[in-house]
Amino acid sequence: MSPQLKRGFIALCYLLAAAGAARADHLYVSNEKDNTITVVDAGTLAIVKTIPVGARPRGLLLAKDRKSLYICTSDADHIEELDIATLAVTRTLQSGPDPETFALTPDGKTLYVSNEDDNEVSIVDVAAGRISGEIPTGVEPEGMVVSPDGKTIVNTSETTSMAHFIDAASHKMVASVLVGSRPRFAAFTKDGGQVWVSSEVGGNVSIIDVATHKVIHTITFAIPGVPAETIQAVGINLSPDGKWGFVALGPANRIAVVDAASFAVKKYLLVGQRVWHMDFSFDGKTLYTANGVSNDMSVIDVGDLKVTKSVPVGHLPWGVVYGP
Amino acid sequence: MVFRALRIALVFAATLARPAWAGDQPAQPPSPAPGATSAAAAAPIALVYLALAVKRSFPESYLDQPPADEGLAGANVALADNNTTGHFTGQDFTLDPVAAPDEAGVIAAFRDRLGKGARAFVTDVPATLLLKLADLPEARSATLIDAADTDDRLRAEDCRRNVLHVLPSRAMLADSLMQYLVVKNWRRIMLLAGQTADDKLYADAMRRAAKKFQIKIVADKLWSFNPAEQRADTGHFEVNTEVANITQGVDYDLLVVADEEDNFGDELGYRATLARPVAGTQGLVPTAWSRVYDETGATQLQNRFLRATHRWMTERDYGAWMAVRAFGEAAIRTHSSDPAVIGAYLRSPKFELAAFKGERLSFRAWDGQLRQPVLLADPRSLVSISPQPGFLHEFFETDTLGVDQPESTCHLN
Repeated sequence: MSPQLKRGFIALCYLLAAAGAARADHLYVSNEKDNTITVVDAGTLAIVKTIPVGARPRGLLLAKDRKSLYICTSDADHIEELDIATLAVTRTLQSGPDPETFALTPDGKTLYVSNEDDNEVSIVDVAAGRISGEIPTGVEPEGMVVSPDGKTIVNTSETTSMAHFIDAASHKMVASVLVGSRPRFAAFTKDGGQVWVSSEVGGNVSIIDVATHKVIHTITFAIPGVPAETIQAVGINLSPDGKWGFVALGPANRIAVVDAASFAVKKYLLVGQRVWHMDFSFDGKTLYTANGVSNDMSVIDVGDLKVTKSVPVGHLPWGVVYGP
Repeated sequence: MVFRALRIALVFAATLARPAWAGDQPAQPPSPAPGATSAAAAAPIALVYLALAVKRSFPESYLDQPPADEGLAGANVALADNNTTGHFTGQDFTLDPVAAPDEAGVIAAFRDRLGKGARAFVTDVPATLLLKLADLPEARSATLIDAADTDDRLRAEDCRRNVLHVLPSRAMLADSLMQYLVVKNWRRIMLLAGQTADDKLYADAMRRAAKKFQIKIVADKLWSFNPAEQRADTGHFEVNTEVANITQGVDYDLLVVADEEDNFGDELGYRATLARPVAGTQGLVPTAWSRVYDETGATQLQNRFLRATHRWMTERDYGAWMAVRAFGEAAIRTHSSDPAVIGAYLRSPKFELAAFKGERLSFRAWDGQLRQPVLLADPRSLVSISPQPGFLHEFFETDTLGVDQPESTCHLN
C-alpha cells in the first residue's frame, strides 16, 4: 500500500470508529527512558500512539473527569497534562523539583506531589497549575495517596522509612509510622480504614490501621527458587470489590495476590521483568502491569488470576493508567 | 579500597573547625516534630567520628586531589538523614568529629570520648590502630563501625566483637571481579602488584579469588619502577617502555593491577605489549561506590551529597555514610538511645540497611562484615554489579563474595 493510500485507509478507519460505537478504552504507559507515553488500545492491545513528553516520565494520574492525564516528568521538573481526546500535551503544571509520584484529591482540584530530591511534598492547585504550598516530610518522599474522603494525605519517605499522615485541611502532620525499609507506595482501602504501604528494600507490605496509626499486620513474601533479596514490593492495587490486594514485586518479576481480609498470599503471578506499577480496567476485571526491564505490559485476568498477554511498549515502562 | 586515610591532607584537622560541610545540608523540617511517634525527649544519640589524618605521599594523577573532608562529609550527610527521621521519632543524633595526626592522638581522643560516655564510634583509621582502639579495656562495651578498612584480617583472625565493617573486604572486591571474568569467560589474567604492604594484600586477595573461581594467573609480577621517574618531563617515554617490557612475552585476557595508592595503575592502559584491558585498583574497579552509579535510587544520594559538599561522593564518603546510617537505623528501629540496645540490634538478623544497592544489607554474624553487592565501574560508566547472576547461595547471594561462614577464621568468642 502506498503511503497516501495507507494514510487514507487509516483516516477512514478513524471515521468509521468515530461513527460507530464509543471509542475503546486505552492504556497509558510512561516510558522512563524513552521520554514517551505509549497509548495502547484496551480492546485490541495494539499501540495507538507514542507521545513524546518531558524527560523521565514516571507517575501518571487520570483526571477525575477522565478528560486528561497528568504526567510526572521527573527530570523536566514539572507535571504535564495530556489531553485524552487529542492525545497531545496541552500544558505544564508546576511540581517542585524531581516529581516522581502524586495524588489527586477526590474533587480533582489539588495534586500532592512528592519531590524526591527535596524532602518535601508540593501542593499544586490544578486549575492554576501553580504550587500553592509545601509540606516538609522525610528523606526522599515517594509514595503519595489521598484518603477516599479527602481528609488525609499519606506520604512515604524512602530513607526515613515512614508513612507520614498529613491532615488535608491544615497540612499538618498528624502521625509518622515506621514501616519496612524504603517505602515506595501507599494505597487506601475503599472504606478508608487501612493504608497498605509497600517497602522495596524491606520486601514487605505494612498494613496500617488509619484510626490508631498502628501497623496491624506485615505481609511478607517467599517464592520458591527466587532469592529473597530480589523480592522488592513496589506498586499496590486493591481490587474494586475489596477482595484482593495485588502487590508488584519488582525484580522478582511477579505480582503477589493477597487476600485482603486475611492478608494471606494466595498466588504469585509471573509477569515481565522488574514490575513497577499497575492499574485496573474501569470494570475491575483486568489488571495491567508496567514491567521496567522487559519493556512490556502484562495483562492479568482478575477473575481467573491469570496472566493472559504481554504487550511490548517503550523503554523502561514505569507507570500505567487505564483511561478512555 | 585502599586505606584512604592516606588521602587526607594535613589540612583535615584544621577543616574540622570550619563548618564548611554544614553549609548546604538537606533541609530539615521545622521543629517541634509534628506527628512524632513518641513524645519522649530521649537523650541524644551521640556518635563520634574518629579519624587519623595522614598526608598523602605521592598521588600519581593530579586530576583527582583528595578532598580535605573525605569521609567526614559522608558522615555529615548521613547525620542529616538520621535527624530528619529522628525528628519524627523524637530522637536526636549528634556527631562529634575528631581527627588527630598520629596514633597517640587518636587513642587519647578515643579514651577521652569513652570517658565522657560515648559508645558509638565511626572509625577511619588503619587496621593496626583500629585493633589498638578495639582492644582497650574500656572499649569493651563500645561499638566501632569501621568505615574505611578493607583488610581481610580484620574479618578473620583479627576480628573483634566490638567492631563492624561497612566497606567490602579485599576478598569481596576480588571475588566480585573474578565472578565477572567467569561470566565473560576471560580465564587468563596477568597480575601486576605494587610494592606497598596494601598492594601485597590486594594481590593476595586476587590470587585467592582467582583460585576460587578457576581463573588462571599466567604471569604474576611486581612493579618496581620508581614512581618519581614518571614525573620527569619525558617520563611518559620511560613508563611506556617499562610497561611494554614487563608485559612482553605473556598472553592474557586481562591485566589485573594491585596499586591501592594510585602510584602507577593509571599508566598501564594502552602501553602494554598486547591490547588488553586493565582491572583491579584502576581501570575496571570493584568498589562499594562510584560517581557513575545512579541505579536503585543512588541518584538521590549522589544529588544530596553534591548539594551538601559541591563535589562527588567517594567510596570513603560512602563508607562513613553507611556507618552513620547503620547507627541511625538501629536507634530508630529500637527507638532507643541505649548503646547496648543499638549495638545488639546492629548484629541481629532484624537489622537491614537500605544503602541504594537494590536490596537490604545486613552484617554477617560470623565476622561483622556488611554483606552487599559490589559495583564494577570504570571511570565513566557502571559496567556490572556482582554477585553475577548464577552464583547462588543457600541464604544470601551476596555471601558468594568474600569469606563465607564455613571457611571463616574469625572466632568472635
